[in-house]
Amino acid sequence: MDHPGLPQLIIILVYLGLLLALGLFSSRLFKGTKEDYQVASHSIGPFLLLMSIFGTTMTAFALVGSSGEAFREGVGVYGMLASSSGIVHSLCFFLIGVKVWKLARRYKYTTQIEFFRDRLDSDFVGYLMFPILVGLVIPYLLIGVISGGAVIQSLTAGLAPDLPMFQVFTAEGNPNPALHGGIPPWLGSMVICVVVLVYVFFGGMRGTTWANTFQTLVFMILGVVTFFVIANKLGGQESILDNLKTLANSVPEDKVTRSEMSKTKFFTYLLIPLSVGMFPHLFQHWMTAKSSHAFKLPVVCHPFFIMIVWVPCVLVGIWATGLPADMHLPANPNTILPFLVKTQTGPILGGFLAAGILAAIMSSLDSQFLCIGTIFNNDVVTHLAGKDRFSDRQQVMFTRLFIIGIVAITYFLSLGNVRSVFALGVWCFSGFSALFPIVVAALYWRGLTAAGAISGVFAAITSWCILFYQGTKVPIEQGGLSKFVLNLPIGGESYELMPVVAMMLSSTVTMILVSLVTPRPSEEKLAKFFG
Amino acid sequence: MKASKSSGPLIITGLVLLLLILHQDNWFWTDATLVFGFIPIALFWHACISLAAVATWFLATRIAWPVSDEFEDQEGGE
Repeated sequence: MDHPGLPQLIIILVYLGLLLALGLFSSRLFKGTKEDYQVASHSIGPFLLLMSIFGTTMTAFALVGSSGEAFREGVGVYGMLASSSGIVHSLCFFLIGVKVWKLARRYKYTTQIEFFRDRLDSDFVGYLMFPILVGLVIPYLLIGVISGGAVIQSLTAGLAPDLPMFQVFTAEGNPNPALHGGIPPWLGSMVICVVVLVYVFFGGMRGTTWANTFQTLVFMILGVVTFFVIANKLGGQESILDNLKTLANSVPEDKVTRSEMSKTKFFTYLLIPLSVGMFPHLFQHWMTAKSSHAFKLPVVCHPFFIMIVWVPCVLVGIWATGLPADMHLPANPNTILPFLVKTQTGPILGGFLAAGILAAIMSSLDSQFLCIGTIFNNDVVTHLAGKDRFSDRQQVMFTRLFIIGIVAITYFLSLGNVRSVFALGVWCFSGFSALFPIVVAALYWRGLTAAGAISGVFAAITSWCILFYQGTKVPIEQGGLSKFVLNLPIGGESYELMPVVAMMLSSTVTMILVSLVTPRPSEEKLAKFFG
Repeated sequence: MKASKSSGPLIITGLVLLLLILHQDNWFWTDATLVFGFIPIALFWHACISLAAVATWFLATRIAWPVSDEFEDQEGGE
């Protein structure tokens, strides 16, 4: 067990084995119907709904990215990404989740596209949204698969330095101590894909929900444990409070304030969490609820759970900015947390943290894979061929086949250019946020027309493409795509705005204007949704 | 919570708007105070916003829940 990387590998393997067992066990409860496979027969109660929704919305970014961003930007990232999500995510669950659940329960929808097609009485809106939703989910999937491989490699470094495929050298030709001998990313990512595939394939939504619940518990508990262990080790004082004080006092002032952060950028970042209102995988989770009352626990507890995960990670991130130079912190901020775990704790905690990070990654991947398989089956195959053309059994088979296909495609894409994908994260969210006005209008505005919604979607995606193109022109040295902002000149001052502002404005204005000049849906249709 | 059936959504709308305003805490932007000696005041303030959001959404489930019990009885699964 003293061999470098071996304890971590054993813990990761045991953890993955537990997940497989959970998925296979849940498949024993599978009723064989499409409804059971895709939405667990609407049987999920408050606790499982809370854990699965939270696990799905929190990715690896919650643990690794939060500490990395805090290291780079300071404490402001909590307000920008966490407290804002606590308000806005629950708002989306409350305003959109409960309402679509109610409609879906009455009219038997499983996917967003089924809802939009019926509400707008338009087939085209489905065909338009299908590639957009899938296109926005795929980069999100890639981030998870790539992060998983990178985490496994980093935390198993030293395992097999003699195996050529495990070796990683620096530009000077020396072994890279942070990665050398670790399991190569292509292998780690493949193992993760296979594990997620197995439990989603056999367990469907029930297996996914159970696995999400288990994984959410794992990453929340391990995040807090890691925080206290690192605080005690880095602080070097007697009590935990003294350690916390010592570490906080070592942080440079610009990291405990937001002196370097733009106020308008901070403000407009509030629009990014609206993306959850249009996440297709979250929509499918909402459909699993046993009753509307099941939403109450997620609506209330979601901001608290975010706080439990993010506050410790942000503190660890800013503490790292005050550490002495001879600790040789890694250049990549996203590896700060794994680095501190590796250097400040033992291999056992390192293994558990690896399991925690993988838990955060896989609890999003599973829902996304299942969702894309479901969309392919329900909104393309069954929709084109006719609802009664295939039996439930055949439709479960199609969903499973599509899941295998999307896992394979994601895995092969993950082997390509890995770095550029991370910058896409906030752009994916911005794309979903740009579509948010359409779902709000579909639920709350009788005047929304099919033409208005379609124009709004086109406006959202056109503005996304134009701004994305502008973003690609930002030099890598200046942060590249991820640092692209709009500048609004007012009274000689220039104010930074997130690109999502322009996307949402264009989709909202276009949707409203076109809806006002095109024929409204029939009274019968409006009565169905607003009666 | 009885008299709040009709005013419930208005109260929740007001509270959410208040949370969004308090979220933009320009007054702590360059304040380096450490609350309890270890937590930067900006982080402390936003952690309190998270807790206030919990309270707001709890109240929303009590006074502004958008689904009636009749609907649950007819179409819910419980």
